[in-house]
Amino acid sequence: MNRPLEAGLAVLGAAALVLVAWAAPWLKFVLTLALAKGIAVLGILLLLRAGQVSFGHAMFLATGAYTVAFLAPEMPEALLLLPLGALFGTALGLVVGLFVARYRDIFFGMLNLALSMVLYSLLEKLYALTKGTDGIRVAGLTFAGAQPAREIQEWIMFALALGLALGFGLLVRAYLGSPMGQALAGIKTRETRLEFMGVPARRVLLFAYVLSACMGGTAGALVAMTSRHVTPQLAYWTSSGELVFIAILGGAGSALGPFLGAVAFELVRVYAAAQVADAWQMILGGVLLAVILFAPGGVWGILAARFKARA
Amino acid sequence: MTHALTRRQAILGAATSGSLLFAGGNAGAQQKPAELKVGICTFLSGSASVFGVPAKQAAEMLFEEINKAGGIGGVPVRPYFVDEAPGTDHLVGEYRRLVQNEGVHIIFAAISSGSCLACTPLSDEMKKTTLLWDCGTQRIFEEGNHPYAFRTQGYGAPEVLAPLLYLLKHKPDFRSLAVINQDYAWGRDSWEMWKAGMDALKPGVRVVAELFPRLGATDYSTEVTRLLASRPDVILSTSWGGDLVTFVRQASERRLFERSTFVLPVAEASLQMLGRTMAAGHVIGARGDHWNNHPRPKDPARLAKFVADYRARFNEYPIYPCHHMAQAISAMQAGFAKAIAAKGGGWPNDEELANAFRGLTFDTPTSSITLREDGQGLEDQIVGLSTFTDRFPFAVPKDMVIFPAAMVSTPVGQKSVEWMKTLKPDILAQMPAAIAG
Amino acid sequence: MTAWFTDNGLLLGLALLDGLAYAALVFMVAVGLNLVFGVLRIVNVAHGSLFAIGAYTAASIGLFLAAHGLPPVASYGALLLAAVLVGAVLGPPIERLVLRRVYGHEDALQLLVTFALFMILEDVQKLVWGVQPVANDAPMKYLGTVDVPFGEDVIPFTAYQLFVLPGLAVLTLAGLAWFLRRTLTGRVIVAVTTDKEAAMAMGIDATRVTLLTFTFGAALAAFGGALASPTTSLVPGVGAQTIVLSFAVVATAGLGQIEGAAVSALLIGLGRSVAVYFAPEFEVVVPYIIMVAVLLVRPQGLFGVPETRRV
Repeated sequence: MNRPLEAGLAVLGAAALVLVAWAAPWLKFVLTLALAKGIAVLGILLLLRAGQVSFGHAMFLATGAYTVAFLAPEMPEALLLLPLGALFGTALGLVVGLFVARYRDIFFGMLNLALSMVLYSLLEKLYALTKGTDGIRVAGLTFAGAQPAREIQEWIMFALALGLALGFGLLVRAYLGSPMGQALAGIKTRETRLEFMGVPARRVLLFAYVLSACMGGTAGALVAMTSRHVTPQLAYWTSSGELVFIAILGGAGSALGPFLGAVAFELVRVYAAAQVADAWQMILGGVLLAVILFAPGGVWGILAARFKARA
Repeated sequence: MTHALTRRQAILGAATSGSLLFAGGNAGAQQKPAELKVGICTFLSGSASVFGVPAKQAAEMLFEEINKAGGIGGVPVRPYFVDEAPGTDHLVGEYRRLVQNEGVHIIFAAISSGSCLACTPLSDEMKKTTLLWDCGTQRIFEEGNHPYAFRTQGYGAPEVLAPLLYLLKHKPDFRSLAVINQDYAWGRDSWEMWKAGMDALKPGVRVVAELFPRLGATDYSTEVTRLLASRPDVILSTSWGGDLVTFVRQASERRLFERSTFVLPVAEASLQMLGRTMAAGHVIGARGDHWNNHPRPKDPARLAKFVADYRARFNEYPIYPCHHMAQAISAMQAGFAKAIAAKGGGWPNDEELANAFRGLTFDTPTSSITLREDGQGLEDQIVGLSTFTDRFPFAVPKDMVIFPAAMVSTPVGQKSVEWMKTLKPDILAQMPAAIAG
Repeated sequence: MTAWFTDNGLLLGLALLDGLAYAALVFMVAVGLNLVFGVLRIVNVAHGSLFAIGAYTAASIGLFLAAHGLPPVASYGALLLAAVLVGAVLGPPIERLVLRRVYGHEDALQLLVTFALFMILEDVQKLVWGVQPVANDAPMKYLGTVDVPFGEDVIPFTAYQLFVLPGLAVLTLAGLAWFLRRTLTGRVIVAVTTDKEAAMAMGIDATRVTLLTFTFGAALAAFGGALASPTTSLVPGVGAQTIVLSFAVVATAGLGQIEGAAVSALLIGLGRSVAVYFAPEFEVVVPYIIMVAVLLVRPQGLFGVPETRRV
């Protein structure tokens, strides 16, 4: 499905991101966060393939982020914190997944929402542990033992995010192409038929859920290491809504969609917030409404259609 | 298409902002800039905006005044306002944007203690002089060294200790107390200090309720019921802004003010909005000495002009965040003047600017403030009892005590909570006499 | 246990009184959300914004009336007027122009459409009412306080909180039950809720029913907001908190269940205020814990009917 377009766009997009990050140091920060969020949205995409929408996925992102914030004072090594963030995200995903994989549609969404709000409330209320709404500042990090200057550290984080984005993108492509991935679409259309064929739907969904939680945890660790400050807001339901927003904005048709969506989202937000501080949310909402009503395939859908028309 | 467009715009934007950055950077010899850019973090939305917006108005008024008088060192000043309300993680991004994208020369941060705790380490990293213009948490300078950060007003320890001493003098026989503070750094830290000081100076007070409603909560009816039922002699609340207004309204409607003596160290900024709803006879503070009825201001003409100008323009009295903003601006003027003089008229780089602030003394309309070697400012505190006069349509203090900053501030190098634990009752004897007001 | 009750029984009684008023407010919002879901099969995220706009409108009308010298009792009229205004002005355009275009689409898209509306309406509030708190407590002050005996002591409660809120909630519940069971329009709505295809086959005009239901639901949300306005200061973000709480109520009750919403609103309202008394740290998390616990045992909610699986 549009293989050359996907590969070409991925290479082109990565190059463009590097160029922009080089030209404007501050946008490098914004783009690193966008790439990190894109990884989390990639997880949302998997569930969307199964027709399920999680309105609480920010809980995994927050888990990864708080893992980094909690452990950094004792163990400042970024290259260990990153996999640990992913690991804790995955572990929570497994526990929650065993429970929510039994539910479908609106109940699936609502349960995810409720569980993420439980996490949010705990992060907000257990002040002695989490410093409440103020959040925790992430202590100084080391990279392979070295403590690089700020400028270099920003580049390392950007490179890590870009590398992981490409890696997870390829992984998700391969997974969606595999029988396990194909079965996800079966859950969306006719789940019972899937089970008649002997495929355990619950296990298929659970696997996708845990994988998406792992990506959420990774994204959270990246966000924490980039912004160097974590707050409970990361787990609030509107943050989860944003992730689903980005998935639809980018388009669910390709593993590139989440990253197209995340970059577009962050740039619209940044420029809208700078221009009209009081109405940036309205602009984002308008964009989302327009995409759903007039271009349900998202940014990826628009690009793919243009490519096809030309070819 | 959308995407291609945004990316093209982004690159265009990047190119311009990149060049801006190079122009505003601090590399090499310092050229006098075309304008002095000041990043200001304040609440522009949410319930705390009742603090943030008046402070922003005061800043705009004073910046205009400065520019009319020829700017700072001949350079016009320009504010860049940033909203604290969307949260700490958003604010650290905005701080980076101000430094890396807008190329600001100095930053004022912030109202919330949470914001300040997040921004000060950034000032170390980005080597950008940052004036903590309103937040109160004592942890900033007690838990770390921040060579680029300075607080141009008082802070938690004196702002808690002064009302505590006042209460001990005014109502020495109270036996039970309840606390209701906002659930974030300031609410928690101020209670920890109060508790340490109270246990040292008056052991055995029973704490009947410790309530920490969410910052920005809008309904306190359950909390008010609980306070009514537990009948404490004293209710302490260091809450501020819209939260305090809502709480006082709901408490006064249900006659809680008749049952308990309130201690409200941050009341000043909410009294105008409360008007006659505020009850008389309760302990009120202003996080400093800037009351409208200050009994003996250092520069009465300057105080009168500031209040009159502000009232003429915004049709309300300035509240203490306006004074804190004015203090930060006075400090900025004095700091730049000192740095420029030290360089023989040349424009200071980031490090030279920061050095100028250490030990700096600057005048405020009500007194003068010195920045200690750790960066903390020493500001006097006035505490009194709420009363109504013919002069103001809202409560003001009477029986005011002016606490000298040095008496109620934690000595450099000590931690406030530990210091409070070592207080001895004889500190009450040092308290200046009350002024009727 | 008995000893605990002799010590805390009276306090528990106070907590129940506080919880009742809170439950009444939550019920008003949740019941509208549930009604709309029953007919449209859409979980309306923007329902919280309608609540907030209703609250702001009521406060503004009340303040306007007071400024023109009308007695405080007139502000009770303002509460009702606000609900009717918001329902009539915002309800039909949202249903006609936006929601109608996504009926039958994926859950994810339907949820996101209302999320987009939520984002837009949040900023509309800021543009119209500004960011400073708006408060009009005239309706609450007008009725004064009532002393509730508490051992040898008395506790003043506002009559508004003690009688008006619970009273209006019971009235709304009874009125709604009567409307749905005894009037033709009500029965048509119930018919569409139970089986849309069958109802349409019987010649029911589903287009009209959805429009009517949504407008009515919007008015209920606004009425909830109007009733909440005298007891609080209105600030941006009120809608986001309210909607996520009503989600919990609705999911606990079972989707589409009107009486169920009353029971679960009580459960959640009382649970929260008991928490403020005995475990204030867990105040925020209680509603979600109740929801998760209920869904663990009864996946379709307390009163929900399990859906038959499609083949």
